[in-house]
Amino acid sequence: MAQKAWFILEDGTEFEGKLFGFEGETIGEAVFNTSMSGYQEVLTDPSYCGQIVAMTYPMIGNYGVNGEDVESEKIQVAGFVVKEYSKTYSNFRATGSLGDYLKEGRIVAIEGVDTRMLTRHLRDKGAMRSGIFLDKKNAIERLKAHPQMNGLDLASKVTCLQKYEFGQRDASNPSVAVYDFGVKRNILRLLNSSGFNVTVYPAATPLKDVIADGAKGVFLSNGPGDPAAVTYAYNLVHDIVKEEIPCFGICLGHQILGLGLGGKTYKLKFGHRGGNQPVKNLATGKVEITSQNHGFAVDMDSVKNIKDVEITHLNLNDNTVEGLRHKKLPIFSVQYHPEACPGPNDSRYLFEQFRTMIR
Amino acid sequence: MSQNGFDIDKKYNNAFIQTIIYIRKVEVPKREDIKKILIIGSGPIVIGQACEFDYSGSQACKALKEEGYEVILINSNPATIMTDPELADKTYIEPIVPEVIEKIIEKERPDAILPTVGGQTALNAAIKLDELGILKKYNVELIGAKIDAIKKAEDRELFKEAMIKIGLSVPESGLASTVEEAMEILNRIKLPIIIRPAFTLGGSGGNIVYNKEDFVDLVKKGLDESPINQVLLEESVIGWKEFKLEVMRDKNDNVVIICSIENFDPMGVHTGDSITVAPQQTLTDREYQNLRDMAIKIIREIGVDTGGSNIQFAINPADGRVIVIEMNPRVSRSSALASKATGFPIAKIAAKLAVGLTLDEIANDITKETPASFEPTIDYVVVKIPRWAFEKFEGADPRLGTQMKSVGEAMSIGRTFKESMQKALRSLEIDRFGFGSDGKIKLHHNLTSLSEDERDTVFRKEFTYPTSERIFYIREAFNFGKSVEWIHNFTKIDPWFLNQLKEIVDEEKAFVKSFKQEGLAVENVLRMKQLGFSDRQIGYLINKETIDELYLKGPLFQKKYSMALRHAEKDVRDFRFSHKIFPGFRVVDTCGGEFEAYTPYYYSSYDTENESLATERKKIMILGGGPNRIGQGIEFDYCCCHASFALKEEGIESIMINSNPETVSTDYDTSDRLYFEPLTLEDILHIYNNEKPDGVIVQFGGQTPLRLARDLEENGVHIIGTSPDSIDRAEDRERFAKVIEKLKLNQPENGIAFNQDDAIKIAGHIGYPVLVRPSYVLGGRAMAIIFDEESLVNYINTAVELSPEHPILVDKFLEDAVEVDVDAICDGEDVYIGAIMEHVEEAGIHSGDSACIIPPLTISDRLQEEIKNTTKALALELNVIGLLNIQYAIKDETLYVIEVNPRASRTVPFVSKTIGISLPKIAVKVMLGAKLKDLGLIEMKRIPYVSVKEAVLPFNKFPGVDILLSPEMRSTGEVMGISMDFGESYFKAELAAGDRLPLKGTVFFSINDKNKPELLEDARKLVSNGFKIIATKGTAKYFSDHGIECEMVYKVNEGRPNVVDRIKDQDIDLVINTPLGKMTRDDAYSIRQTAIRYKVPTVTTLSAAKAAIEGLIYVKNKNGELSVKSIQEYYKEVR
Repeated sequence: MAQKAWFILEDGTEFEGKLFGFEGETIGEAVFNTSMSGYQEVLTDPSYCGQIVAMTYPMIGNYGVNGEDVESEKIQVAGFVVKEYSKTYSNFRATGSLGDYLKEGRIVAIEGVDTRMLTRHLRDKGAMRSGIFLDKKNAIERLKAHPQMNGLDLASKVTCLQKYEFGQRDASNPSVAVYDFGVKRNILRLLNSSGFNVTVYPAATPLKDVIADGAKGVFLSNGPGDPAAVTYAYNLVHDIVKEEIPCFGICLGHQILGLGLGGKTYKLKFGHRGGNQPVKNLATGKVEITSQNHGFAVDMDSVKNIKDVEITHLNLNDNTVEGLRHKKLPIFSVQYHPEACPGPNDSRYLFEQFRTMIR
Repeated sequence: MSQNGFDIDKKYNNAFIQTIIYIRKVEVPKREDIKKILIIGSGPIVIGQACEFDYSGSQACKALKEEGYEVILINSNPATIMTDPELADKTYIEPIVPEVIEKIIEKERPDAILPTVGGQTALNAAIKLDELGILKKYNVELIGAKIDAIKKAEDRELFKEAMIKIGLSVPESGLASTVEEAMEILNRIKLPIIIRPAFTLGGSGGNIVYNKEDFVDLVKKGLDESPINQVLLEESVIGWKEFKLEVMRDKNDNVVIICSIENFDPMGVHTGDSITVAPQQTLTDREYQNLRDMAIKIIREIGVDTGGSNIQFAINPADGRVIVIEMNPRVSRSSALASKATGFPIAKIAAKLAVGLTLDEIANDITKETPASFEPTIDYVVVKIPRWAFEKFEGADPRLGTQMKSVGEAMSIGRTFKESMQKALRSLEIDRFGFGSDGKIKLHHNLTSLSEDERDTVFRKEFTYPTSERIFYIREAFNFGKSVEWIHNFTKIDPWFLNQLKEIVDEEKAFVKSFKQEGLAVENVLRMKQLGFSDRQIGYLINKETIDELYLKGPLFQKKYSMALRHAEKDVRDFRFSHKIFPGFRVVDTCGGEFEAYTPYYYSSYDTENESLATERKKIMILGGGPNRIGQGIEFDYCCCHASFALKEEGIESIMINSNPETVSTDYDTSDRLYFEPLTLEDILHIYNNEKPDGVIVQFGGQTPLRLARDLEENGVHIIGTSPDSIDRAEDRERFAKVIEKLKLNQPENGIAFNQDDAIKIAGHIGYPVLVRPSYVLGGRAMAIIFDEESLVNYINTAVELSPEHPILVDKFLEDAVEVDVDAICDGEDVYIGAIMEHVEEAGIHSGDSACIIPPLTISDRLQEEIKNTTKALALELNVIGLLNIQYAIKDETLYVIEVNPRASRTVPFVSKTIGISLPKIAVKVMLGAKLKDLGLIEMKRIPYVSVKEAVLPFNKFPGVDILLSPEMRSTGEVMGISMDFGESYFKAELAAGDRLPLKGTVFFSINDKNKPELLEDARKLVSNGFKIIATKGTAKYFSDHGIECEMVYKVNEGRPNVVDRIKDQDIDLVINTPLGKMTRDDAYSIRQTAIRYKVPTVTTLSAAKAAIEGLIYVKNKNGELSVKSIQEYYKEVR
């Protein structure tokens, strides 16, 4: 018999369920993800650092886990919440069950939660602190003692400690420096397959160091937490503009770019997390179905009137900024995840485009 | 050129400026160069093409009208919402054949044709129109899909080339137009091989061949089935996982996937015969996105520029190899399912895309704030299970394969697969209440009596060559301790699904165990409900020993057995209600709860929340008809929809409950609130308690809700209209006999038999032939004409088992009587007669399978008056409030009452379409208290035109089943032919039903002695109109003796070439073959079987023969020209 547990929000809302991962307790920001598949990628996405992720799709674990569909070297979420965990799994690539995977990763997970009710609640009340508890006593107090996501620099927690090279190298390919704020592995795979020699750097590396290493382009990665708290990145963006080095940013990297170019960011009520967000490419008028995972966004008003900056992509659901570019320099970014994993591959062309900017 | 605009700076900056102001601008870029659009419907309901195309067609009509286009519609099926006169500007209820469509084009001059919402019928018609140069001649454009795209998707060879071009795999295959070509292909593809005829409905004619011997036969059959005489021979991927993606694309090349569907039954069973699940369950995101990328590539390569398509994939479970199976460049059965499963209205959006709108410019109805250019995400599991009707087709092969055999489907929504699966099983209207454990222990009992070896053999057979019962065999296999691996080994069903089913069984065992230890505990009951168990199942489980014992005691204890089940069910419900264990209702919102939903589309689940908050409005609940089956089809959905429309007109909130995903009634646009739920007592009560409506309508949904009327009333449900007691008075033989007596009417002599002795006695007293049937059935289930005692005994042994709770009825059979149907409305004071319909086929043929005519052709004015008066007297005596249908028979100028049904009948849409008045709408108003007088409906309308309804039969799907019509209904659908003359209307009706009566050539007669003189003059007419007549010996002699030139042809056993050879040589254009009695049955049988295979129109009754001859001579004399006229124009002539 699995252990009974509670998933409790800081406003006192509670759900009873049963543990199915590691036996223990955990605290983090409650967010929901609407992807119907791709739980392993979600779990291993460093952008979820500090968050307890609830899946809106009610049956999770169906296809088990495998050694390939990982976005970093470990499970990154603070906790995992599902309606029904599927104990048995079936897929030709599966190497084990989700439950065992969570146990090994020491991640607390709860099933039996009405995740639709939770989603509707978070949609109305906004993302908030939450925890999975074995004992309800003092739960709210413990949640209140936990830091809020606003103002939290989590990138420095998940960035690599030392620079490293990723993937195949080819002497004829240019080098790209990836600033690791919590980079997803598929970004590295796609940069590599687009024709870059990829080197990943700790988040606080000065630009001159990477230029000295021979980087011809800079990539600002995705990552968790509040972009405004990643203060050391402001200088980075200034240097990028000054050096006129081609630059591509995704998600947190996009927000950092927005901030560095003079814009502001703010916390969305409940964020965008899922694989079905429509984004319009304003240059082509075409709609891309995108994968997203962010709680913060670049404020449209703050960038609208900045000389040399323009909005390139819009979210059609709520008209938030999904892409920016520098009008004169080869610098651009998107809020969403063209690398998908999980999610649709409609926007992969951005990697090719970044490659064409570097001669 | 880069897509983000780094080297298209100027254009890019312009785009930027525009879009900052953009934020969903009201710019409407729809096409202004077209004004008038012709929509082609899908015609009658047939296997493989059901009411999903009424759903898509109606949505398209509404969408295009909403955008300001003039809409012209052709559809031969009167029982559709799309042919309602309000939906299109001009509605042609005419045969969907090129020459008729051309006439309509000539008359209406549309700018464009939308061929993608009318199924394969519309697509094939579009191809024909193109080939005949009609599109070019009248300068009509195809919108939605161009001819090239249609051909590329439909033509197997072109499709294969296209797939290879974009780097995708297809099964190894080859095309053959002759047996020789097929033999060559056999040299390079290994057996087993799948044979698929090109361009057929529902994969008809498709087969799996395992050996060389069958190969030639099945290739021949396939070539014959294909309208272009071509078959695809394909590498078998039997046992692979099967998936479908629903894709939409707009003119700007935006592509979205609406839904993924995974088949529970792997490759080898036609997808229409498979249990399917949405969304897909067993693919990782990487594998799913791979399919998504392929689907997008495919729709682009095929070139479907606007609208929806579905694409089917097979995946090798061992290594993940993906192959593309097929693509439909149109909306389909699965797109209707996807629409209902996600809340995304594919057909409606497809129609808008076809006229140039783009996905980002169309709002998502459900969220209102987000655009249609997104991919629905769902937070529940949808299960669809097909509904078969093998019991109707004696001799049909019940094994499922590549040819679709199901006649309908039920869909259910639950939060988990287990909950959804059990709900789907109890939605099927097969008297099952979930995944077993519902007291239906016959199968279990039979298996128990076998040795283990024998049982394993049975399981292996049922798993390898599935029938409609496979799911219940899986349940039994678990009961007998078989493992998931063992079952998977033979079924190839993905272990994930099997494990889910096993969990149901395991949890059930745990429940029973804890019940035995601690009794009924709230927590355990709640757990069972979350697993989808019905009260009936739980009730059975806790009373298993007693109930099983009653079952095993045999027929005499049937009643006690079923009472015990019902009581057990009720006890569980009482327990639940007293402990407040209720389901909550959740919203289908396209977005997994991310945005607020405005469309009240609900399903039940035992989770923690109820999102369906009842309004304070006055409201009425309508119970739908459930899955389509024979005798219960689109006609009842039509009535339910009209009930909803009437409520809207009256300002009353309408609440619809139904479980059939194909229908218009389950469109969230149709009613104010929609509950997609099983139509069982338990599920309805939950909704009733949640909504607390002012009344419930049960008389429109056919037998499904009617069967529940009594129970609902006993549970405090307020039923409006005719009371359940009045219904019972009409349906209960003894009570009804008293009504007849009181009103001094005639009824064929009859009796009611509770056992075999009764039956023999009654039949002996009445005198053979007798008509026998179980009480409370629809569609003539198990109805038969019995000529002697031996057959009677034989019959009883099967029929009583069919409906254990009810006795059988024995009626005197009136030979050669004319049958009449009347649909009327009574308000308690007055009776309005919609129409009197005369059947073409004589009494003894089920009214659902008979052609019928408005106005009557041969019934005297005196009898028509008597019919009207009798109808009025019966309606008033039975206190009918609302609709009623009466069947009469006329023999020797005497009127007999056959039966009275105080409810909507199958003919209500046909009558409504013929007279231009919606009978169900009027009936609802009357049920709400309106008076016919005040509605201006007193006298029956007189129409100067003639409307003929013809039944459409599925015999081409069931080879071997005899096509002779009988009291057992077997038609799946109907068509209507309308014109100023009976002959032409009949000809049109036959044409619409798929039988093109010849205008020249040879007519073959083989008729019984009684019919010979009766058809003499008709034969003479044929000869004088230039037809050649051939006949078997007896008939030929009779005709020759009476001066009709006639050639004699051998019967099958008399020599060669015989009549079957002549049919095969396509030397015969019309077969008239009336039953000759038992002795020659086999001979006649092979004639009829050959005729149907070679698509030679075949007439098997005297009256149909007369009608057919009248029709073809009329049309011949008009040089084959058919008139066309919209129903809106016809209605102007009604007085």
